[in-house]
Amino acid sequence: MPAIKSLDELKRVREAALQKKQMKATPGNIQVIVAMGTCGIAAGARDTMKSVLNFIESERVSGVTVTQTGCIGLCEQEPIVQVMLGDQPKVVYGKVNTQVAEKIMKQHVQNGQPVKENIIQI
Amino acid sequence: MREIALHLLDIAENSVAAESKNISVHVHEDLLHDRLSASVIDDGCGMDAATAQQVQDPFYTTRTTRNVGLGIPLLKLAAEQADGNFSLQSEPGKGAWVEAEFRHSHIDRMPLGDLSSTFLTLLISHPQIDWTFLYRVTDINRKSRDFLFESAELKNALGDISLTEPEVLAFLRGTIEEGVEEVALQTVPA
Repeated sequence: MPAIKSLDELKRVREAALQKKQMKATPGNIQVIVAMGTCGIAAGARDTMKSVLNFIESERVSGVTVTQTGCIGLCEQEPIVQVMLGDQPKVVYGKVNTQVAEKIMKQHVQNGQPVKENIIQI
Repeated sequence: MREIALHLLDIAENSVAAESKNISVHVHEDLLHDRLSASVIDDGCGMDAATAQQVQDPFYTTRTTRNVGLGIPLLKLAAEQADGNFSLQSEPGKGAWVEAEFRHSHIDRMPLGDLSSTFLTLLISHPQIDWTFLYRVTDINRKSRDFLFESAELKNALGDISLTEPEVLAFLRGTIEEGVEEVALQTVPA
């Protein structure tokens, strides 16, 4: 895909995204939260975040909010990712490298099945 | 922490925590003077002079989960190890200005790293903040190349559409990656 640079182009992108969003009803609010304290960043949280964003872009996943949080006191489990699907309780994942992040996006965010082996109980 | 870009991500998160509305991240590779400077400037809550000193100490932190805070001390150390210096200026209510400077050619200078990923991560994680990213390279012939990205105009153009819609994300990633690449020094692969 050629790079889009100007603001006019961005406006077209916006229209396209709006239309698609209206066509596809999103199942509630989906949030993916990457922990980005010093500990998280040192453990590779930026690559984890990049992997989440790449998945959204390449698989064209609409309606996901990606955000971040600081250190939650489990530095040894970093990078940590939390997933919230609608009203369901928050699922916390530990040691989320780029591969695990992709798995979480595919299995949990897209298909609603948590990735059991990486869940940490708090 | 293996990259200056990762340090910048870390330091900018402090600015976010300080409830800033505007945050600037500047990187200047100055080959003419053999310096590399990286700074984060915010308009957040700031701190008094005593606190500004204390945060440079690894055994000071404001958080409650641990009694160490390593972000700023690590960057300070990285700069000082590469014939550089570190400064933190702030006043309560007036924001903060953090700058780390390195000798560009110093053998112990950390690589700049993946600046575009740092910019993209900050922008996506904190869409409420007006970000200014400036990456400048000055060559030995005094010519400068700039990449300037300001998120405010982008936000106006986008309105209520989330930055993480795939089309928007592709646009942002493309713009930032290409912009940084165009300015970046052509480094010889190791």
